[in-house]
Amino acid sequence: MQHVSPVREPLVTGGKTYHDVTQDICRQVEAKPNIRWMAALSVALFFLGIFFYSVYRTLWYGIGEWGLNKTVGWAWDITNFVWWVGIGHAGTLISAVLLLFRQKWRSSINRAAEAMTIFAVICAAMFPVLHMGRPWLAYWVFPLQNTFGSLWVNFNSPLLWDVFAISTYFTVSLVFWYTGLVPDFATIRDRAKGPIAKVAYSLLSFGWKGSAKHWSRYETVSLILAGVSTPLVLSVHTIVSMDFATSVVPGWHTTIFPPYFVAGAIFSGFAMVLTLMLITRVVFKLEDYITLEHIALMNKIMMVTGSIVGVAYITEFFIAWYSQVEFEQYAFINRATGPYWWAYASMMTCNVITPQLVWFRRVRYSIPLTFILSIIVNIGMWFERFVIIVTSLHRDYLPSSWVMFSPSIIDIGIYVGTMGLFFTLFLLFAKFFPVVNMAEVKTILKYTVDNGPTYTGNHGHHEHAHQSATHGVPASAPVNYNKHE
Amino acid sequence: MSKRFALGIFDDEDVLLHAVENVREAGVKIYEVFSPFPIHGIDDAMGIERSRLPIAAFFLGMTGLSFALWMQIYMLGFDWPMIIGGKPHIALPAFIPVAFELTVFFTCHGMVITFYTLSNLYPRWKTPVLDVRSTDDKFVMAIEMNEKTDLNHLTQLLRANGASEVNEKEMTKF
Repeated sequence: MQHVSPVREPLVTGGKTYHDVTQDICRQVEAKPNIRWMAALSVALFFLGIFFYSVYRTLWYGIGEWGLNKTVGWAWDITNFVWWVGIGHAGTLISAVLLLFRQKWRSSINRAAEAMTIFAVICAAMFPVLHMGRPWLAYWVFPLQNTFGSLWVNFNSPLLWDVFAISTYFTVSLVFWYTGLVPDFATIRDRAKGPIAKVAYSLLSFGWKGSAKHWSRYETVSLILAGVSTPLVLSVHTIVSMDFATSVVPGWHTTIFPPYFVAGAIFSGFAMVLTLMLITRVVFKLEDYITLEHIALMNKIMMVTGSIVGVAYITEFFIAWYSQVEFEQYAFINRATGPYWWAYASMMTCNVITPQLVWFRRVRYSIPLTFILSIIVNIGMWFERFVIIVTSLHRDYLPSSWVMFSPSIIDIGIYVGTMGLFFTLFLLFAKFFPVVNMAEVKTILKYTVDNGPTYTGNHGHHEHAHQSATHGVPASAPVNYNKHE
Repeated sequence: MSKRFALGIFDDEDVLLHAVENVREAGVKIYEVFSPFPIHGIDDAMGIERSRLPIAAFFLGMTGLSFALWMQIYMLGFDWPMIIGGKPHIALPAFIPVAFELTVFFTCHGMVITFYTLSNLYPRWKTPVLDVRSTDDKFVMAIEMNEKTDLNHLTQLLRANGASEVNEKEMTKF
């Protein structure tokens, strides 16, 4: 049984019919690229160029091109890795966790959020691979026989767990996303006019026809994939946090890290989803699908996870004092008041104070404020990783080796370059793939409608509309569900 | 071999659902129903059995788990034992993360491969469909016809159950 509140806002506004959904989502796939899209793509490609140049310098001259030194052996690379992986987590959360919790509003944002996950993980993977120095030997991280050049990999190492976690996460997200895309590709295929589009979308759609048997299996598979992706997404950032937590570096060696990192990942991920969605809904005119209600709901998730992160920051401080370990205490005093105090202050302001503004309804429902907030949160979360990594390393046990870290131009180039990579991929996705899951949105059109039917079926579109009236089922009821209860 | 189909086109999934029940009660065999999105309750109406995919998922997961444990124990415990950080050769707690990840990996990919194989879905150059609107906003009930089928009777039956159109279609390859 599912209870539907009669006062709930409709999930899709504008009284859309099934055909309207198809039209609205396919429009940008079928239209010629517009000038704004081309302009955005050129900017993204420019940054992608910076990425390639920085990668070339890194590979040709070596890791010495980066700002690392003997004391700070990990800095921007791992910061950016954790930042990008964290961003990816919101996509899986929306597609898997919210599916299990039957949050129907996810339907109009899950496609784009999952795409964001995949592209963010690609960007994240660049950093550890480049830090290897010789990426052409990257296959050494997999368990291959000793004759391939090294011994068996070390299964006791969290860095190796990361290899398995990230590879699983990436491939699983990819097939989950693709399976969801197949029915929508079939829709585009059946509408396609040009010969190239016909063949391309026929190949992409895997011959999907939408038969009842296939839909039945499709739903089972989606549910199972969601079921296993839910612990997967939690495990990925848990393992990322263990890269730090299993070491003995003061400031890293804490058991609070896994939940704290997972909350932070969802926090930054939702901020990125908001940034992207606020742009996408305007550019592709999807205001009826990604409504203010969606923005408010995502803001609320951001506020909850932001508050968890805030509590974690304070807990860390308390435990440092409570443990009475002087190295731990120094690490935290140094974070807040040492030479990197400005990074710490930015982190605290952006991540702990700004999300609390969401308590105000006016902020939650305001598009410009949400947009600014989402950018601030992402800056804050980048600083969080920088603070954890660099301030814990730069003053180690030997005061004679204390140093400061400053990034080189190549460090900065790779970082802004991955943004170019991300946006290039996202823009290509937004142009050639349906950005909203059409099949899933069609299932929620009749769901939760206030004050009678807003779903008008095919009335006004077709002559045979008079025969489509539903017998004995009010249009306002969630008729798609629990038919037999 | 070409097949002839009578296609009942419906505008609404609830009308279709009732029609499926009534048509089956009238003793007509439904070849297949095509819809732009999953219709809840159609499995029961069509008499489709509950999918056994979850059972496959369980065994795929178990395969992944056993493989991961065997791999780690064999490699670090027997093939080339090394002392790492003073830990035992077979340090089970440290093997849990990889074991978990591979369980998920095998389940997901095995599941997806099983799904595509069972449903005979693979990339093809051309996809013949009975009605192109069935991936947009129409719900299509396909009934296979032979020489004995009375199309007029079938049309009347589908019309009476709310079909907005009844078409005839011949497919050479389907």
